[in-house]
Amino acid sequence: MSKNLAQEYWKKNLKYLVILLSIWFTVSFGFGILLIDELNQIKIGGFKLGFWFAQQGSIYVFVTLIFIYIGLMNKLDKKYHSKK
Amino acid sequence: MNLQIWIWLMIGITFSLYIGIAIWSKAGSTKEFYVAGSGVSPIANGMATAADWMSAASFISMAGLISFMGYDGSVYLMGWTGGYVLLALLLAPYLRKFGKFTVPDFIGDRYYSDTARLVAVFCALIISFTYVAGQMRGVGLVFSRYLEVDINTGVVIGMAIVLFYAVLGGMKGITYTQVAQYCVLIFAFMVPAIFISMQMTGNPIPQLGFGSVGTDGVYLLEKLDGLSRDLGFHEYTTGSKSKLDVFFITAALMIGTAGLPHVIVRFFTVKKVSDARKSAGWALLFIAILYTTAPAIAVFARTNLIETVSEKKYDEMPVWFENWEKTGLLTFTDKNDDGLIQYVADPQLNELTIDRDIMVMANPEIAELPNWVIALLAAGALAAALSTAAGLLLVISSSVSHDLIKKIIKPDVSEKGELIAARVSAFFAVLLAGYFGINPPGFVAAVVALAFGLAAASFFPAIVMGIFYKRMNKEGAISGMITGLLLMLFYMTKFKFGWFGGGSEADWWFGISPEGFGTFAMLINFIVSLIVCHLTKEPSKEVQDLVENIRIPTIENS
Repeated sequence: MSKNLAQEYWKKNLKYLVILLSIWFTVSFGFGILLIDELNQIKIGGFKLGFWFAQQGSIYVFVTLIFIYIGLMNKLDKKYHSKK
Repeated sequence: MNLQIWIWLMIGITFSLYIGIAIWSKAGSTKEFYVAGSGVSPIANGMATAADWMSAASFISMAGLISFMGYDGSVYLMGWTGGYVLLALLLAPYLRKFGKFTVPDFIGDRYYSDTARLVAVFCALIISFTYVAGQMRGVGLVFSRYLEVDINTGVVIGMAIVLFYAVLGGMKGITYTQVAQYCVLIFAFMVPAIFISMQMTGNPIPQLGFGSVGTDGVYLLEKLDGLSRDLGFHEYTTGSKSKLDVFFITAALMIGTAGLPHVIVRFFTVKKVSDARKSAGWALLFIAILYTTAPAIAVFARTNLIETVSEKKYDEMPVWFENWEKTGLLTFTDKNDDGLIQYVADPQLNELTIDRDIMVMANPEIAELPNWVIALLAAGALAAALSTAAGLLLVISSSVSHDLIKKIIKPDVSEKGELIAARVSAFFAVLLAGYFGINPPGFVAAVVALAFGLAAASFFPAIVMGIFYKRMNKEGAISGMITGLLLMLFYMTKFKFGWFGGGSEADWWFGISPEGFGTFAMLINFIVSLIVCHLTKEPSKEVQDLVENIRIPTIENS
């Protein structure tokens, strides 16, 4: 990969990281901790929403985030590999 | 069939399986010994990572801990899973591209310095030893409860098994036995959970069950909140810790997870960079199955417990109550002589003390499940403890044979010599771990929490900046690691062991508990590294090229 392409690839990667890590932070530290009192006013079935995010929802989102990243990076790898 | 026979049968079958796999996957080279020849498939590696990660503490203690802490227990749930996002996004792919054997390898090469390497080896050894002592103890406990042998005999049996497959098979043997151990432990964890969820809510999926209505038509969580309030405990679904502390503890556990050497090294075992990402995803998926079930078990167990014992006659308690009383983990003192059990928050009036570790183990008995389920649980707990112990022992042995002997003391050692050194150091590591299992330092639990804080405060910043910040040099990284490590050690020993004048909760800096202090020490590490780095000269062109290189994966034959 040429130097320019490599830098472009890296920038794209960083962009993905910022977006995905913001979601990671929001669901766990945001919904599960900082905003819990507000979210606990909402109930879904027997779960208070804030409590659900802290003990269930955040974990589901974590798993999903990694698989989204795998997908994005596989696509990116392919794209830049073909340009080489 | 009686319980004892079932237990011997389950443990006998699973142990022969592990030993069989170990013989089949004997390691022939250092590459096989350290990183399983870098040929493990992402799904297999994901399972092995999950088994490696989920220790006796996750399997036995966590659900019990949550059942007593309620919402506050979320720190473990988020903390011990969220770290995998950091691993998959910030560490694993780049470390795999770098393509050596250990974490100190990366630190030593990236910061072109044997001092950095030594600091890293030192951190890796402290972290792994503190962790492994707890595991051996866990093995001993399970053996003593279920096989009715002495705890020390239990530790020795556990040592013999681990010794056999870790020394013989190295990473290769460990990886494939861990795959088997994952299957055993997850099956053992889920079966009772599904049974109990069915019993209590009619929903076979525990994750949904604990948000459903119970047999009496009331939402389970609402009922538990009510019961907790009535007995003077804090409401189950709201916490008693400060938000700031919950934030810091969660962050310390997440970052600590991403900095633990026995977790990171697992990503060196796959074929290529994209596989490292994939296996982090699989690992978290496999871990999430247990981690999303644990809070459900916590709610079932807590509700069951309160309903069974609270204000009930002591003489009419079921058999399991007496069984666990014998172990001393459950005690009842009738303070007001009314023959009833008062289980309340007020320590003056409370008559029942329950060791939180028994919640998972006693659960099938409380729910009156068949004997084979209890036996399965015993085999699962052993699988969890053994798989983690083996992974840690490997880190210890490779730190000694590879990072110390090969890289620093005797670089001209032959491949064969290094392999012998690796096996010998694994052997001594097992003996030492066994010693700590038999004579546990009185502060095992505190020390395990310390391991996370230390990993967060020392490794994580050095590795992340090593990848994402080309300008970071050895002066910055070394001073950061040392400051973070010392600060964390100082705070832990001050507030946990009373050194440096000790102190109570009121003296905590900014109200941060020692468990959460790793986050603070990590921030200091980052700041010190950045300042020192800008006062000293930037790393050479070769090092900067190395960083550029690990950022871009090589794509073979695709």
